[in-house]
Amino acid sequence: MELSGAEIVIQCLKEEGVEYVFGYPGGAVLHIYDALFQQSDVKHILVRHEQGATHAADGFARSTGKPGVALVTSGPGATNAVTGIATAYMDSIPMVVLTGQVPSPFIGSDAFQEVDTVGITRPCVKHNFLIKDVRDIAATFRKAFYLATSGRPGPVVIDIPKDVTDPNIKIPFSYPKKVKMRSYNPVVKGHLGQIKKAIDLMLAAEKPVFYTGGGVILDNADKELVELVRMLGFPITSTLMGLGAYPGTDKQFIGMLGMHGTYEANMAMHETDTLIAIGARFDDRVTGQIAHFCPNATIIHIDIDPSSISKNVRVDVPIVGPVSSVLGDMLQVLKESNKSPKSAAIHNWWKQIDEWRGKRCLQYDQHSGIIKPQFAVETLYRVTKGDAFVSSDVGQHQMFAAQFYQFDKPRRWINSGGLGTMGFGLPAGMGIQLAHPGSDVAVITGEASIQMCIQELATCKQYDLPLKIILLNNGYMGMVRQWQEFFYDGRYSHSYVDSLPDFVKLSESYGHVGMKVEKPDDLEGAMKEAFAMKDRLVFMDVVVDPTENVYPMIVAGKGHHEMQLSPGSEMI
Amino acid sequence: MRHIISILIENESGALSRVAGLFSARGYNIESLTVAPTEDPTLSRMTLVTRGDEAIIEQITKQLNKLVEVVKLLDLSDGPHIEREMMLIKLKAENGRRDEVARLVDIFRGKVVDVTDNTFVIEVTGKSAKLDAFIKAAHEDSVIEVVRSGPLGIARGAKGLKL
Ligand SMILES: Cc1ncc(C[n+]2csc(CCOP(=O)(O)OP(=O)(O)O)c2C)c(N)n1
Ligand SMILES: [Mg+2]
Repeated sequence: MELSGAEIVIQCLKEEGVEYVFGYPGGAVLHIYDALFQQSDVKHILVRHEQGATHAADGFARSTGKPGVALVTSGPGATNAVTGIATAYMDSIPMVVLTGQVPSPFIGSDAFQEVDTVGITRPCVKHNFLIKDVRDIAATFRKAFYLATSGRPGPVVIDIPKDVTDPNIKIPFSYPKKVKMRSYNPVVKGHLGQIKKAIDLMLAAEKPVFYTGGGVILDNADKELVELVRMLGFPITSTLMGLGAYPGTDKQFIGMLGMHGTYEANMAMHETDTLIAIGARFDDRVTGQIAHFCPNATIIHIDIDPSSISKNVRVDVPIVGPVSSVLGDMLQVLKESNKSPKSAAIHNWWKQIDEWRGKRCLQYDQHSGIIKPQFAVETLYRVTKGDAFVSSDVGQHQMFAAQFYQFDKPRRWINSGGLGTMGFGLPAGMGIQLAHPGSDVAVITGEASIQMCIQELATCKQYDLPLKIILLNNGYMGMVRQWQEFFYDGRYSHSYVDSLPDFVKLSESYGHVGMKVEKPDDLEGAMKEAFAMKDRLVFMDVVVDPTENVYPMIVAGKGHHEMQLSPGSEMI
Repeated sequence: MRHIISILIENESGALSRVAGLFSARGYNIESLTVAPTEDPTLSRMTLVTRGDEAIIEQITKQLNKLVEVVKLLDLSDGPHIEREMMLIKLKAENGRRDEVARLVDIFRGKVVDVTDNTFVIEVTGKSAKLDAFIKAAHEDSVIEVVRSGPLGIARGAKGLKL
């Protein structure tokens, strides 16, 4: 079969089983768009800004585990995509981004719409390629998808000069069956000796804690995790990125840890004698002050990426390997050993944890007469029976969502953890909804964040994506306001979001349903009504308490045991 | 601690900038970096000299290994190894000082590779410290120009950094 470069690009996507491409056309990719037009297997979703394309591809990937694909033109198309690429990079999301480039003879001449895409994206991709010859397209795509999805996943950029996709130059096409790269060999199995050592430590532990992160979800290791944690009976806490890998409603789950984690999770981290870190990377929002981190613990760390191990915190038993395979091996070693954990000690440990739980650190004022953001998330949880896909933006609403929507399944909680990208929620929701037609997809957002990619409401209309947007409208960049209240004596420098649009009219003008809710008593009914509209996007402008803060909180420089639980409370 | 790291990397355009970019993005320092293709033209060999405590060096080697184009690397400082750097140095050598310079070249087993009425270009090879010593011995005010290659390194013994 003889194909042009542009046709080969499309054919490669088919070979990789790509169903959706999120994109935006322009000069450098016109040949590719023409090839797209002439087939129907690969569906193109026209976004309204390239940032939206990358976030939508990202949301698709996070909610399915399959690589997301975006297609943008050269120059401004590529630079607009960078935020989405960096977002995916920080959270290790498999993605392939195709960027058009000026024709190869013009590269380096400051040609119209030329940027050094490979150079600009280099620090925020797992790898990138510049294709110089039409004969290299197939092999490059094969490598790109392999790199994006294997080992520690991540975004891969393929930069394609326009002449390489010339419709008049046809060459024979065949897609490589195998891919082998001598310089890239991700570990496929953990070291058995280390695994046994870890099991011995776990069996000897008196105050153990599992600390799990996004790596568990990325490697689909939730089943192994649940079995191991239940078998041992230890408490488990999760990072923001790991929520849902272990059921949030299970009694062994002690909540999220870190800056806005629960009292019981952070205290358990402080007191633990054996920390079992799985697919987590000891991020600074999680560890608090490193000098105070887990002062009494022997640390076991399972991760696919050797460079994550002992990067921020020195660990005692590193295990490099895919989480699912390592946990599978651990289960087997444990079963064969016929040994069980120290039950009396574990019993006492739970007694201590339940005491911490007794502080009910997430409680909030239920009788204020205005809608509390926490109450809004709890209501959403009830109305969706805890079974929605929830994407979020960045700010207080994101933390409230993480604290109050108890995720029982992996890939349900979709947010930008590492980069903290405002504007992520809506386009990510589009990717989720396309991947899961018929499922409830809620976008929890703030009035500042939503405006960063608001144009995607048009995309939602064009493709009938019935998202439910829950705007927790506090009139402030709440998270910024909170820091200014705490650390800048209430000097609210530019954190008040003035001149807000009428969100109801705005969504109506895009052809959607808008609702405004101002009273706590009206909220549940309104949400039920919204979710009953199965085929409509409903934008709920929920007016919440402008002064609410996120608690508990560990302020910068403090350890896990030095949380502030509520306004005015002493640090404890 | 000073470390000298040898890297085999795919000989592709952009590979060098990935290494250089990694060091600047993560705030590691590069004291010197040399690159050239190997006998296998698809591979380049880099020799990189850096400084850092044990934890930083561990991160540097892990991050380098994580670069998709890095095929193999070896921290030569982990074992006995040989280091050589080459220097071309241009010295003033007016009448009356020419013998002195010639003696110096002799002591350091250097070579005079260019001569004019009042200058010498001298080639010296050796450990970096030896080159430092030569410059010192040559007197600051007689040095016109110094070009150094940065060190190359190879492990002692039978083992080699090969595919
Ligand atoms: C693109 C981007 N710019 C700036 C920030 C810094 N930032 C973090 S939270 C926040 C405020 C978000 O306000 P809003 O969306 O209203 O959410 P709220 O905190 O009020 O719930 C800002 C500006 C960011 N995370 N991302
Ligand atoms: Mg707000």
